Amino acid sequence: MSGDRGGLLWHVGSVLVAAAIFAAWALATRLHLVQPIFLPSPSAAFANLWRGLARGDLLMLTIATTERMIYGWVLASLGGILLGGLIGLSAKARQWLAPTLELLRPLPASTLLPVGIALFGLQPGMLLAVIAFGAIWPVLLPTVHGFGDIDPRLREVAHHLGVSRLSFAVKFALPAALPDVIAGMRLSLTACLIITVVGEMITAQEGLGTTIMLAARSFRSTDLYAGIILLGLVGFLNNALLGLVERILLPWRVR
Amino acid sequence: MFSERIDRLVSRRGWLLPLLLMAAAEIALRISGIRSDGLARPTEIIQALLGLAADGAILQRTWETLAPILLGATIGGAIGLFLGTWLGLSPAAARLAGLSVELFRPIPPVAIIPLTLLIYGFGVRMEAAIIAFTCFWPMLLLTRDAVASIEPRLIEMARALGLPRRKQIVKIVLPAAAARIFTAVRVTLGIALIVAVTTEIAANPFGLGYAMISAEMSLRPDVMYAFLLWLAALGWALNAGLLMLEERLFGAKSGRSMR
Repeated sequence: MSGDRGGLLWHVGSVLVAAAIFAAWALATRLHLVQPIFLPSPSAAFANLWRGLARGDLLMLTIATTERMIYGWVLASLGGILLGGLIGLSAKARQWLAPTLELLRPLPASTLLPVGIALFGLQPGMLLAVIAFGAIWPVLLPTVHGFGDIDPRLREVAHHLGVSRLSFAVKFALPAALPDVIAGMRLSLTACLIITVVGEMITAQEGLGTTIMLAARSFRSTDLYAGIILLGLVGFLNNALLGLVERILLPWRVR
Repeated sequence: MFSERIDRLVSRRGWLLPLLLMAAAEIALRISGIRSDGLARPTEIIQALLGLAADGAILQRTWETLAPILLGATIGGAIGLFLGTWLGLSPAAARLAGLSVELFRPIPPVAIIPLTLLIYGFGVRMEAAIIAFTCFWPMLLLTRDAVASIEPRLIEMARALGLPRRKQIVKIVLPAAAARIFTAVRVTLGIALIVAVTTEIAANPFGLGYAMISAEMSLRPDVMYAFLLWLAALGWALNAGLLMLEERLFGAKSGRSMR
């Protein structure tokens, strides 16, 4: 380790590399290498982003999309842990359900959108259900495996000590499965953001997905880039927040 | 492990459950006499699937989905492989690129659907561009980790032998990291299928995703579920086929590292 100064220099270096990418973007638009309709200058894109946030409309859209994503994620996480726990604790349930789950897992979550629309029509509740159901797999499967992989001797000891099934699940099984479950919740949040945006694009409900699609259709490229930057920002914050949660809940896991 | 998973899939009574559910749905729909735009009897779905197979529609749609995957995954994957090898070999480059990767990777691939639509319009190029963008990131990061974790003495030896840089990479580094790079390819292709179908459902009027959404819009739930079944089978077969290939090429233990 070269100490703090070395670390700082590396940070400065990586900021410079990122800045160079933006500078290349600015230069490409300045020299008219790319048509501005496809790639507006970074200053135009960020100025438009800032205007939209200050005016409040872009902010509202971002909040609408984020809200939908988070509701879907909470539903998917709770459902995944509860269902996964039930399936994982019972060997019988695992035998019956495992092949069905393995078959459903590789199905792209977005295929649920046509099914949801056909069954329930274009309701906000339908979209939420599709997001939750589509993003449940990354939580459900690690929970099933985590709860199922518990050392049988632990189970016997708990049984002889008179630990109830519920408190066995909460005190023994859940902590053992937690690292995988949290990693799964992280993937699930990414999936939620993707399904939310696609769902908005198809069902035309208010949000960033609809907005960027309309911006592209009417050739408003600065609005389009502002939306893409905001969606990238939401994804970035998701990663950062869950990384933090992981460090707080699982301090013994050195990454 | 793959063979274990096959055993689990073939031998267990778990196969009964989907069959029982389908039989229950068939009976319930027949008795209640419900006709809905969102439901179809399992026998109707299977009939629709056979019809689609007979007139070749299903192969045509599948090819329309696979072509942009092949094109996009090759382009995005190759760039990811190249840059990932570089970042894996040079810790300095990896640290310098760190912030940029963290800034650009979280952009959801579906967010660039409108952008590629604006640039290319509908078609293969638009979908391939999104798939290339999507495939670039997992290949970059997984290749970087694969290359960074190879035995450093191998590289020292290659240097000591006086191999030129390009030969060091082609003859020593890539073979040593091959098993983990293959895992990266398998994961990446799985993601590519998901993104291709998603793009087709959201915007691009080609392929299996569009077949599903257009069946939904023309009130043909039987056709929609037939394509859904086919997609489930395709996704499963892709993953299972690549897992089997991985076991054949690199032995049983490599497939376990990332399921």
